[in-house]
Amino acid sequence: MDDSIVGRTGKPFRMVVEEGKVHEFARATKSKDPAHYREKDPVSPATFLQAAAFWQNPDNSPWQGVSLNFERILHGEQEFVFPDGPPVAGTELTAVARIDKVYQKEGKRGGTMSFTEAVTEFRDKSGKLVAESWGTSIETSKPTGAG
Amino acid sequence: MAKTAQQLEVGTEVPTFVDDPLTLTEFVRYQGASGDMNPIHHDTEFAQRSGYPTPFAVGMRQAGILANVVTAWLGAENIRRFKVQFREQAWPGDVLTYEGRVANLREEGGQPLADLELAVTRQTGGVHLLGWATFALPS
Repeated sequence: MDDSIVGRTGKPFRMVVEEGKVHEFARATKSKDPAHYREKDPVSPATFLQAAAFWQNPDNSPWQGVSLNFERILHGEQEFVFPDGPPVAGTELTAVARIDKVYQKEGKRGGTMSFTEAVTEFRDKSGKLVAESWGTSIETSKPTGAG
Repeated sequence: MAKTAQQLEVGTEVPTFVDDPLTLTEFVRYQGASGDMNPIHHDTEFAQRSGYPTPFAVGMRQAGILANVVTAWLGAENIRRFKVQFREQAWPGDVLTYEGRVANLREEGGQPLADLELAVTRQTGGVHLLGWATFALPS
């Protein structure tokens, strides 16, 4: 991966923080915290925005049109930032994903690893930033499987 | 419920959570909830064709559990930042331990904050995930 992909942006997409999805996600991540299940303003779990996948089409991805070798790509890191805490059920978000940076490091076992950081920014109807989701993917110079 | 800055100090430990052994059913439940249907986490033939002995755990599932372990302690509304780094894979049958500690207490614009260092380890001692979180603390 080279830095010619930096700055690529997906088409904006809408995501509604749905109450049933909040319950389902909280249960799938073993939460018993009433904050996720209460009737009034249940809070989405801290990693809930992973479910944005349900609201995205290929053209919402900044990777559209980039050829990727999935045998060599690992999910290295994931980070969520909430200026005022995670969104509650009922919040309607507009999100845009962007490839933010690409850099290389030498791997411990030889070969170069290429790191790509992509960010999705989620804003509410007033345009206020609600959350950022940062993902780091690592492309190795050898397949990641057998070994 | 949520702790105040006065109730925490550097080194205070997050209540440890030891989960039941991992199962494919739990992976599938998370995949359905998140929309990540990568077959490497539930299709044995696919996993073996890709060079793995069996399907392996979805890292983001355990990241989600780790976040919930700390938010149950410091308040779901109070989390401001959560980060995980994926280390060695976890496998069906693994028993994972979720733990952490307060690494730093500070203030930003009058708001008390706690930074935490977190980890999910396998029964072998191998590190599955490392994590970092920041919480706003009620005063």
